[in-house]
This record gives sequence, C-alpha cells and structure tokens, in this order.
Amino acid sequence: MYDIKALYEAESVTHAVQLLLEHPEAQIIAGGSDVLVQMREGKRAGKELVSIYGLDEIRGVSLEEDGTIRIGSLTSFSHITKDPIIQAHINVLGQAVDQVGGPQIRNIGTIGGNTCNGVTSADSASTLFAWDAIIEITGPEGVRRIPIQDFYIKAGQVDLRPGELQTGILIPKASYEGYDGHYIKYAMRNAMDIATTGCSVNVKLSADKSTMEDVRIAYGVAGPIPMRAVTAEAYAKGKPTTQAEIKAFAHTVLEDINPRDSWRAAKDFRQHIAVVLAERALKESIRLAGGVIHE
Amino acid sequence: MSNQYKLVRCIINGKQVEKMIDVRASLTDMLRDDYRLTSVKKGCEVGECGACNVLVNGECFNSCIYLAVWADGKEILTLEGLAGPNGEISDIQQAFIDEAAVQCGFCTPGFVMSAAEILESGKEYSDDEIRKLMSGHLCRCTGYENIFRAVKKTMLRRLGKNAEADAV
Amino acid sequence: MYVGKKVTRVDAYDKAIGRTKYTDDLCDKSAYIAQVLHATIANGRVKSIDTSAAEAIPGVIKVFTCFDLKEKHYFPTAGHPWSTDESHQDVADRLVLTDRVRFYGDDIGAVVAENEVAAAQAIRAIKVEYEEYPFVLDVHEAMKDGAPQLHEAYPNNILKHTTIRKGNYEEAIKEPGLIKVEGWYQTPTVQHCHIENFICFAEMIGDRIKVVTSTQIPHIVRRVVGQALGVEWGKIQIIKPYIGGGFGNKQDVLYEPLCAWLCMQLGGHLVKLDIPREDTFVSNRVRHAIHSHIVSWVRPDGTYAARKLEAFSDQGAYASHGHSICAKGAGAFPQLYPCDNVEVDAYTVFTNKSVAGAMRGYGIPQAMWAVECHTEEVAARLGMDPIEFRRKNLMPVGYMDPFSKNELYSDTFNQCIDKGMEVTDYLRKYKAYQNQTGDIRRGIGMAVFWYNTAVWPISLETSSCRMVLNQDGSLQVQLGETEIGQGADTAYTQMTADVVGVPLDKVHVVSCQDTDVTPFGTGAYASRQTYTAGFAIRQTGMLLKERILKYAHELTRMPPYNLDIVDGNIVRITDGRVLMTLGELATEALYSLTHSQHITAESTSQIKSNAYSFGCTFAEVEVDIPMCKVKLLDLVNVHDAGTIINPALAEAQVHGGMSMGIGFGLSEKLLFDDKTGRALNNNLLDYKLSTFMDHPRLRAFFVENPEPTSSFGTKALGEPPTCSVAPAIRNAVYQATGVFVNDAPVNPHILFRRFEEEGLIEKEGSDHV
Repeated sequence: MYDIKALYEAESVTHAVQLLLEHPEAQIIAGGSDVLVQMREGKRAGKELVSIYGLDEIRGVSLEEDGTIRIGSLTSFSHITKDPIIQAHINVLGQAVDQVGGPQIRNIGTIGGNTCNGVTSADSASTLFAWDAIIEITGPEGVRRIPIQDFYIKAGQVDLRPGELQTGILIPKASYEGYDGHYIKYAMRNAMDIATTGCSVNVKLSADKSTMEDVRIAYGVAGPIPMRAVTAEAYAKGKPTTQAEIKAFAHTVLEDINPRDSWRAAKDFRQHIAVVLAERALKESIRLAGGVIHE
Repeated sequence: MSNQYKLVRCIINGKQVEKMIDVRASLTDMLRDDYRLTSVKKGCEVGECGACNVLVNGECFNSCIYLAVWADGKEILTLEGLAGPNGEISDIQQAFIDEAAVQCGFCTPGFVMSAAEILESGKEYSDDEIRKLMSGHLCRCTGYENIFRAVKKTMLRRLGKNAEADAV
Repeated sequence: MYVGKKVTRVDAYDKAIGRTKYTDDLCDKSAYIAQVLHATIANGRVKSIDTSAAEAIPGVIKVFTCFDLKEKHYFPTAGHPWSTDESHQDVADRLVLTDRVRFYGDDIGAVVAENEVAAAQAIRAIKVEYEEYPFVLDVHEAMKDGAPQLHEAYPNNILKHTTIRKGNYEEAIKEPGLIKVEGWYQTPTVQHCHIENFICFAEMIGDRIKVVTSTQIPHIVRRVVGQALGVEWGKIQIIKPYIGGGFGNKQDVLYEPLCAWLCMQLGGHLVKLDIPREDTFVSNRVRHAIHSHIVSWVRPDGTYAARKLEAFSDQGAYASHGHSICAKGAGAFPQLYPCDNVEVDAYTVFTNKSVAGAMRGYGIPQAMWAVECHTEEVAARLGMDPIEFRRKNLMPVGYMDPFSKNELYSDTFNQCIDKGMEVTDYLRKYKAYQNQTGDIRRGIGMAVFWYNTAVWPISLETSSCRMVLNQDGSLQVQLGETEIGQGADTAYTQMTADVVGVPLDKVHVVSCQDTDVTPFGTGAYASRQTYTAGFAIRQTGMLLKERILKYAHELTRMPPYNLDIVDGNIVRITDGRVLMTLGELATEALYSLTHSQHITAESTSQIKSNAYSFGCTFAEVEVDIPMCKVKLLDLVNVHDAGTIINPALAEAQVHGGMSMGIGFGLSEKLLFDDKTGRALNNNLLDYKLSTFMDHPRLRAFFVENPEPTSSFGTKALGEPPTCSVAPAIRNAVYQATGVFVNDAPVNPHILFRRFEEEGLIEKEGSDHV
C-alpha cells in the first residue's frame, strides 16, 4: 500500500493537463517504476499523483510523413525494442532500452518516464542525446518541441512547466538517415542494474566507407546529466577509420566528460571505462555502417 | 485523503471479477489481500526481486510496482491460474518439479510466470536469450541452473524436440 | 530402498502450484502492523524521543520507545543450543529496544498501527534526540587504545581472542633456506538475501504467547523469547511454517522477541512485524568480514616448515554468534594443510556496524578465501604446479583431529581433485592458458575446502523424532529439524521409509514445527540435519518397527524375529509370505476390542560424533582486461558428502551454494559510509547479487565414501558448496592475468586498481595514442 494522498487518473492528454493545473502539487506517474519506489522510500510519500498510464494516445511508435520517428512517451521499453520502425532505423535505441533492469521493468518502464526523471544513468538518454532527439511537451499553451539537451536542466530536473507533460520523443530523419550506432552499458552485473557508465556512439561514413563524416557520442553517468562529448566528436569528423584515430578519439572524450567520485565508482575508474567504451562503441558502429578498421 | 476507493473490474485467472479497491494499493496488495492469491510474493516491493511477478494481458509485470487501479479492464494471470480447470498442472510447473528447480519455493511463482510468458511465444531461444528473459528474478537457492533446465527442456518439448530436451 | 534415489521433493508440487503457505500468507488480516524505528547515528545514546506527532496520525495504535521498557531482560540471539554451563552461554547483550545505540540501524522504537501506511508515516514523524559518540567501523582501528568502546566488558572491543599453538614457530623459521610467503586477505561484509524477508506475527492465547515466524530454529526461538520477555519458556509457542530461505540469517533470533513484546503491551492483540528488504540488510545479520594475515615458511621441496595465521573478524555491534565463526575458520587452518609448527591468533572485534551472525559456511568461506589465495601464491613462488603442491600438503588419509575425533577415512581430497580435473579438462586448459597476451584472456583455477558437520563437541548435538502409525499403515513423522528449502523433509521421508519398511508415499513428514507439539530439536544450521536427524530417525524407526512387529506377533502368532515389514506389508521372513498389510494391522491395533493400542514411537538421539566433509571447486574464467571484468565460463564443485541421500536434491543444494560463492567472489559487498556509519547499498539494486545472466552452467559431482560414523553414511552438504568457490575463481583470474587479487569480491573496482598497479592497463593521463 502506497502513501498516496490522492490519485487522479487522466483520460486524455487534455485531461492530464487540466488535472495538473488543478493539482499543482501533484506528481505525474507514468509506469511508476521510479515514482512508486521513491514514494515507498519516503521521498515522495503523501503526494498526490496524476496517473497518465492509461493514455494510449501517447503510446506506440510511428513514422511521420517527413520521416520523423515519433515515440509516444508512454511506450514501454520492451515495445520500443520489438518495434519494426525502431529496428529498421534506430535499432541501437531498442538495444539500449533492452538493457534497462530486467524483463518486467522493461514492460512497465516508459521512455517518457526514463527521460523525465532527469537522471544521468537512464539507459535511453545517452542514445537519445546521441541521435539529437527532440522532446515534445504538451501543456496549457499547446505543444512545444525542444532538443533533448535543453530538456535536461540539471540532475533530477527537466524542463516541464506547470500543467505540462512530455507526450513524445521525435527523431528527425536527418538525425538518423545514414547513421549507424552502438550502445554499451557498463554495469556491475548483466541484468537488473543501473549503468556505472553508458556510452552511445553513432557514425556516418563516407561513400567509400573509409572516412568518418560524422561521429556523435553521448554518455550517461559522465556528468550530472547525460552529455555529448563534443570535443571528441569534432576530433573524429573527417578522420579515417584507423585504429590510431579511433584510439585518439576515445582518449579525447576525457576533455569533455566529468564523472564524479562516489561509492558506486571512483572517478578515475569511470574515466578509464569511458575511454574503453568510446573506442569499442565506435568500432562497432563503424562495423555496423559497413566500414573496416584499418591498422 | 486516505479513503479513496475505485471499482476495479478485471479478469483474474480466467474469471471476471470486480471489487472496490483502495487506490493506494499495489496490484500485489490487491491480489494477496483482496483475492487471497498468495502465490504472489513480496520480496523487495521495489521491482528488484521478481517474486511478485504476474502476467497482465500476457506480459510480465512486477505487481508490487503496478497500481491496482491500472488492472481495471485487464486480464491477470497468477500462478494459481496456470493449472487447467481440473487442477491439471502445466508442463512448465511439472518441469520445475522434475528438474528440482524448486527449493524454498518463494521465488518459484514469479519464475514460473516469466517462463509461462516466454514459452507462450512458441519461439526457440538460445541459452543466452533464456537467461536474459528470466533475468528479472532473483533466487538464492538454486543458482538458476535447474530453473534454466526446466525452462529449456519445456521449450524444446513444446517444439517437439524431445531428444534435445532430454540432453539438456 | 529410497535412500540414494532421485526422489521428487515432497513439497515441490505445492510450491509449483503456489499453494504453499509462508508466514505472511497465514497472518489474519486483523493484525496490527508494526514497524521498527531505527537509529540514525552509529554510536551514542538516545536522549529523548518525541512521539506526539506520530501518535496523532490516524490509524496509529501506539508508539513505543526504548524508554517504555520497564524491565530490562538482556538476551543472546545466536541460534546455538543453550548451555547449562554459564561459561559456555552466548553473550546476552540485546534488548528488544535500546537507548544505547551501537550501530546505524539499531532498534530504538516501534510503531504499531492499523495499516502499513500509517505505520510508515508515524516512523517518519518521530523526532529523536541523540547524544552522539565517536564511532569506529574498522576492526584494526577498533582494537587500538582509545578507540570508541562499544561494550564496557570488552576492552579494545575484543569480544574474544583465541590461540592455537603447535610445535615452535619461532624456532622453526630459523631453518636455513626457507622461503617466506606472506599476505593479507580480506573478505567482504555480505548478506544472506533469502528472498522472503524476515517476518513474524504474535498473539496471546490465554496467558500464553504464540509467535509464527520465518525461522530456522523454532525451539531455540522459544527459549530466547522467554529469556527476552522474562516469561516462563513453557508459555511461549513458536510455529515455523515453510520459509523462503534462511542461509543462517534465520539461525538467529531476530525480531520475534520485539514482536512478542509489542503484542503483550497491546493486551495480546495480533501484531505483525514484516521487515522490509532495506532493513533486512542492515538490522538482521550479515556475514563476518574477516581480515586474515598468513605467513608461510616453505622449503624449496614444497613442504611447510612453519605457518602462522592472524584473523580479525568484524563482529559489528552485538555479539550474536560471536567468536564461533572466526574460531571455526581458525580451527581449519592447522588441519587443512598440516604442519608441525603453527601459530594461530583469532580475534573477533566489535565495530559500529550491522551485526554479523551465522551465514552459510560459518567462517569457512572466509578462511578458505585466505588460505586458498595464499596457497596459490606459495605454489607460484616455488614454481610448483598449484595442484601438485596442494596434493603434497593436504590433510593425509587417516588424519584425526584429537579434539573432535573427526577422522579422514578416505582419500577424499585426491579423489575430488581427480574428478574435477577430469570433468573440466583441466590439464589441457591449464597448459593452453599459460602466458597469454591481449585484452581478453582465459584462466582455470581451483581451490579446496575443509568443513565439518554439526557442532559436537563444541556444543550439544541432539535430535528427537516422533513417529505415529495411522490406520492406513502410513506414518506421521515429526522432528525439530527444519525444512528451509534445502529438502530436509524429503530426505527424512526417504530415510523413514527405508528404516520402517513402508512405501515412500506412506510417510508424511510434518513440515511445520510447533514447539507445543514438535519434539525437541535445535534446527537447521551447521549442515547438521541430515547427519543428526538421521540418528533420531533410525533409532525411532527401529523402535516403531519393534512395536509394530510385537503387535503383529499378537495377530499372527509368529515370533517377532521371524517377521519383517517390507513395502508396507507384514512379511514372514522364513518364506516371504505377506501375512497382512501394515494398514490392516494398524486398523486392528487402534480399534481392537481386546487390545487397543495407538502404535507410536518417540526417542532422542544425542550425537557424540561429527564428520569431515571435504571437496573442491574448479573455475574457468575469461577476463576482459580493459573492461576490468571477469566472465565465468565454467564452474564445477566436487564433494565427498558420504552417501548421497537424494542425488537430485544434493545437486540442487550444491548449485545454490556455488551461486552464493559466485556472489562472494565476484560482486557482493555491503558498504558503509565512513562519515555516518550508514549502510550505502542496502537494497537489491545496489547490492550486487549475481543474476541469472551472470551465472554459467553449474556442475556438481560427488565422490561417495560412506561416512562410517553416520547412521545413513551421510555428512554435511548444506554449507560446503559455498566454501571454495570464491578462491577458485580468484585463482583462475590469476592464471589468466598473472595478477593476484587478495580482496574479495574480485569486482571491476578492485581489478581496475590491481591492473593499474601491475601495468596491465594504462594509468589515467598517460598517452593512449
């Protein structure tokens, strides 16, 4: 039994906005795999909840006319992984969220909840950062769309104003066309874990597959919120797919990332792993893009 | 406001039921307390151990972190509902018995329900895939070995591969 | 004959269909819900507790604090048999609630409410004022003069220091040409993590109090609840239903006394105390972290001249099982690899941390970590093959411990090692994995273990059994020895069927222990039950059989010595003729108008023997050096547990022990905050139990040398499987990488440090290009 002050069940997105405005103290609950756990811990005990779990209108993956991939915020991790659109265009996202917790968590956990928590370890977040995802937010003023980097304000805080909820995540065609990517979750065990560090890389190769035209790399748990390693990205652009350049790229991420020392892992250990992951994720991305790594 | 109730209508183990449920209740609370389905176990109440796992519309959920009111309109299956109408137990339950995959038995209901979902797909999974699909459960007695055998053997037998099953 | 056969568990069907009832399933919904208020300082005293806000919360029945304890009955908690000799009694240092706080999580109050939400709200609303003292988390710091003292009676926080001296160490090390090998070995604080948390409920019936509890030791709980409440023991009734694992945590009296006390304060109303997972980590029991220092003086030919062990065991805040754990490990040291000159010093030391108690292996996993890590290093220093070095030094056949009179009757170690080498293709792999280079490397390693069964002669060993013949010729069997998931009830069923001579399905072992009716037995611990209950079952079964045959003589006129019970029939031995069924006899015996008799038997066996139970683990690993990760490729345990009663259940039991060893060796560690003493990772997300995906296929093998002292040829198998796994994995990592890791668990954090130190990975800041 949870210490819920009151529960309001939204019947539509519009209704959800109305409920949130009527109950400004209320917390949104989507799948609940984080909210309910925090409530039990006492952190959110005694709070009102607006449940949006029943809103099928923001559940599911679709391809819009201009080729944008739309992921409804309530889509569960397991449904993202199994979705044919995701598999065809941005399979790495399906693979990333297939590493969240365990199977039951992947059935209840939603991509919207994963990003709205504002936590750096979210398995979906680094891949969404690395693919320049756009966050769609619906509120009393209507719909607004912002880049995912702007959605994250600080640890645990995202850009949701009173009466607003996240309704979709969009990947524009230009962000995915021609790119292949790979995500590596580094955790202490192979299931039921949170990332010690997560690294998502994607690459666009030249027509002859020998040059990296564009490389994007994002991390979870390399700073207070998910982040891109922009110096490393700039370094890799236009470089040949050689062992030496890949290593140099990987080493460059240290100029971008800022992991912290905690009981979960030491800073220098996280830095070391970040470099290893950058190298391995880029190599795999190149391989997926049909490239070859030259000595 | 601690007295908020809602009528929850759902199908539990094949039977249409309805009850006024405290909105603060988890699905575990509802199944254990209101329907006395005590195979649904509490091991952590935060979705980490898998002991409370049940099927909702054919998919596995940790009922401890699933609000009972969300069950409205859904079809719920617990271990009690896995046996046939005359109490004949399913092949996966029999496999757990035959393979000595049951020890203290506390995690067993959750594991069997995950296995039930996997087997329902009719697919043949690799060993690594089986491990991943069953990885939402913790067990401290078995080292997962005999649970793995029970699931794999049942999968192979359902696919008509009896000789391979015997060799697991 | 059923002993030795793969009989299906007697409780498997009910467990597989979900109708087995555990403690919570049995509790009436009218129960009040209790929750414990835990201290949020590591050392100090509670000055005051303001309960007014908590008591105002709707649904709260009453808030209790440590100041409500009118009579202070200090009680011990260890699940040991009581000793009538005061000097052998466990340390009585607990109160149901305490104002003297000794660890972050100590029990200072409790809330009783109508429901869990009100109880949780009340706990959060209580305001506590403390007088804080400095605290100490490290055993070595705790032993220093001037360190914060936990218990007045134990200067320098030393609960106990014991020594073993053999030969003359100081003289022996003067022998010329000796090679000195020295190391420090650390094991982590780990928790049992049975999936059912501790739970109990209590109510009064008349002037007696009934507690239904998830315990391994119902009869011991009865005694301790009596001691803790100051109530006559006969007024306490403890009921133990099926439990969701115990592994030693529930071989301690945990919260039964508090629950019973709360119930009594509320006029005997039903009170349930369901301990959440987070508290299970902190405020139940943990495994003692032990820091061991070993010095070996070895001759170039691979023989030991002298050896020394110093072990420092972290007891946490209260005595619980105390020094018994460290002492057991220390006792193994001079025996496993006998040497003429040995010095052992074992210390158990209080710190301001969670209380350490019994956990599967009882000091031996810690001792084997130290000894088998060290043995590998000695062999490496000598340039000897690690297995050949072990064979040369292991306890020889015929060895007898003068204290316990345990004897190694068979060539167990060599047989187990041979089997392990054969099934892992050890020699080929060991050779193939020598001198690897590259990022990903493989290794194979092994470790042996020492274990002994039960607790005689350190403590009492006793088991009582009752058998009752039903009208249909079936039997009810009752024992104080408990089913905790290991399959005890099934083993008892097999044994009884064989001794009495009835089909398996005619034996009904009463699984539930109720101290009002269950014969006295001390419960599940020390891997004792199959061994000790075996004596009581054989003795009682023979007694029952004698009574049955005596009655059969009345009915058949045949002399008892010409009769036997075979497969549930009274058989005339001389011609094999079935004279009547046991059911016919039992019905006649009960309803006879001339001689009505309820045929039963009950007897106690005191066991004054004990048995070694040895074996080994072989592990094969793949180490990803840049990722600092170990992947288990193969894990094999080989045991000589004497005659195996049920091969399927024995194998399953070994798997579980191996699994616990995997966690101990690779991932599990309960962490405490240096600044506050608070546990940091007391949940199943942050405490890294090894998951399904982290396990390889587990393989268990047995070498069966029937134990001569045993009533069924069997001996310990409950705990031994977890004793040698961690060092075997560690030794495999050594073969793969050439790096010794002396601190368990061998997780990525420690591998990162060690690989950096040994130059296998580049230091941060160095040029990667």
